[in-house]
Amino acid sequence: MSVPHWSYVAMLAFCLVGTLPLVPAFRLRVLRQPTRLLLTVVAVGSPFLVWDLYATRSGHWRFDAAQTLPWRVAGLPLEEIAFFVVIPLVAVLTYEAVRVVRRPGAARRPPQRREVR
Amino acid sequence: MTYTAITVVAVLAAVALDRWAARTRLTTSGTWWASYGIIVVFQLLTNGWLTGRGIVRYDPDAILGSGTVTLVGDGRLVYAPVEDLAFGFALVLTTCVAWVWLGRRSNEESGEPAAEPASERKE
Repeated sequence: MSVPHWSYVAMLAFCLVGTLPLVPAFRLRVLRQPTRLLLTVVAVGSPFLVWDLYATRSGHWRFDAAQTLPWRVAGLPLEEIAFFVVIPLVAVLTYEAVRVVRRPGAARRPPQRREVR
Repeated sequence: MTYTAITVVAVLAAVALDRWAARTRLTTSGTWWASYGIIVVFQLLTNGWLTGRGIVRYDPDAILGSGTVTLVGDGRLVYAPVEDLAFGFALVLTTCVAWVWLGRRSNEESGEPAAEPASERKE
């Protein structure tokens, strides 16, 4: 596979590289709640994947074979399916980080307080 | 249905879910809008990559603009059809609604300060 085949993967990697550091930076308890995270991804990803399948089958959009990896699931590139895992994760991490920043007194509270469960 | 029509339905469904079904009311909170404001900037960047490079290509009959990929104009913003903004809005809002709703059900948010002022509870 040539470098252009990784174009879509690069975008997903960029999203993760940009948001996963929020977990240690703001001591987010997102990855420590795997069930809640998994349920969120499945509940939200499923209807959007159905939409994506419909749109792809209807020809609303299509994916460039030269810029995606060769594997397809139901006509969708693996990256497109991963998109519906990565973007919900990115959304939750951003929301939780903003919540920490905007929490009253967040700046003055010792960081270890948030580790108490 | 065209992509345009489905995005309108998706946005309305996401807002209805937030306001009336799950009652998370994130669209009334500054925290969610601040989060979305950050996300939408990066959506324009990453989606611009996907659409500007033609990784994803659209049928001109399914979108407001023509099939021509332009930076701004002709129904496009940073190369992507404007419909993608609505798609992203619905996806991000639905995700946060599900996350918050599930958190309330499992009391994962009980770590909130108990003395939080009522005016802040909407966050």
